[in-house]
Amino acid sequence: MSDVKHHIADDLLAAYVSGALPHPYAIVVASHISMCDECRVRHEAQLAVGGSVLETLETTEITADMKARVMDLLDDTPAKPAIRVPRRQGIYPGPVVEALKGGQPKWRSLGMGVKQSILFAGEEGSVRLLYIPGGQAVPEHGHNGLEMTLVLQGAFSDEGGRYGVGDVEVTDEHVDHVPTAEPGPACICLAATDAPLRFKGFVPRLLQPVFGI
Amino acid sequence: LTDRSAEDREYTEQTLWMLAVRDKRDKAAFGCLFDFYAPRLKAMILRNGISGSHAEDIVQDVLLTVWNKAGQFDPQRAGVSGWIYQIARNRQIDLARKYNRPVPEELRTEDRTEEEAGQILALEQETQKLKRALAALPEEQREMVEKAYLGELTHSDIRNMTGLPLGTIKSRIRLGLDRLRNELKDLR
Ligand SMILES: [Zn+2]
Ligand SMILES: [Zn+2]
Repeated sequence: MSDVKHHIADDLLAAYVSGALPHPYAIVVASHISMCDECRVRHEAQLAVGGSVLETLETTEITADMKARVMDLLDDTPAKPAIRVPRRQGIYPGPVVEALKGGQPKWRSLGMGVKQSILFAGEEGSVRLLYIPGGQAVPEHGHNGLEMTLVLQGAFSDEGGRYGVGDVEVTDEHVDHVPTAEPGPACICLAATDAPLRFKGFVPRLLQPVFGI
Repeated sequence: LTDRSAEDREYTEQTLWMLAVRDKRDKAAFGCLFDFYAPRLKAMILRNGISGSHAEDIVQDVLLTVWNKAGQFDPQRAGVSGWIYQIARNRQIDLARKYNRPVPEELRTEDRTEEEAGQILALEQETQKLKRALAALPEEQREMVEKAYLGELTHSDIRNMTGLPLGTIKSRIRLGLDRLRNELKDLR
């Protein structure tokens, strides 16, 4: 996709290749790379750095018979594919399809036509699909940490600019924003956060545990 | 692949071994890859606090993946070391967590068309330059880079790290990707 304007910074890509990036954000980064050639290139440049570090590491001794054991295994058929190849389905990039385990999103209403489908929630944070009807605002919310939002369909705008398909917005706890979907088809986003989003006054606070937000 | 041009002889050993494994299922070449990468992969894995025998199990998994998935190696994009680094990190992260690490969609076509020696060589030269630039960093900064890519820093530590010299290597990788994109278009 050539018209992507908002990308993922090199340091976040480095955190992704090293494995330091928590799982929910890694899903967003892998999805964005699937949609953006620019970041695919930058991701591979990061792998080249990782490869250079690996090449220049001081070596450690290997057990004497290990090589013979591995050579003996070369003719065995592998039990399962060691590199997975996720495939795109409709608007959902491969990593989202994987997170959906091949199924459809399980949408739950947040009111006012806004819906969400939680793909993963754990100690490392959570990642969800958000469905915002055209022209509708996402309720104002605070963040406890990093928030990454990738547009899969439609577009939204907020204080940071306009975000269309493939664009990713990265914000942190210092940002209070009110993303608003553009009129037209619903905006569907993939959003990862460190902590539960704290919506202000949209869904009464007491109900938040029920909705899992 | 029978008649290699004069240019091809300048490929790094690692690239030549990897291409022989990919295209000819050459076990001797795989043995060379093993000798070069196994002691380095083990060092990388030990740095993440994994015990010696378990570390060798992971090295074995990684190198068998290199053998079994050699067909996915594209020398016009990631170099051999970058490709193997990625397989090793993925394997380690999959083992450390209960769920699989998210990976981007692959673009590779099943039927490979002719590769351009010039593009591969240019990418190798950029990778060599990158290695020299890393080696030339002030000690403290070089250690930070090493720690970051070996998985010893948290993502917020890495977020505060400043830029690496990645400029020209990106444009080289870009060319390889554009070539692949064109091939994919022709296949449709
Ligand atoms: Zn991008
Ligand atoms: Zn937000």
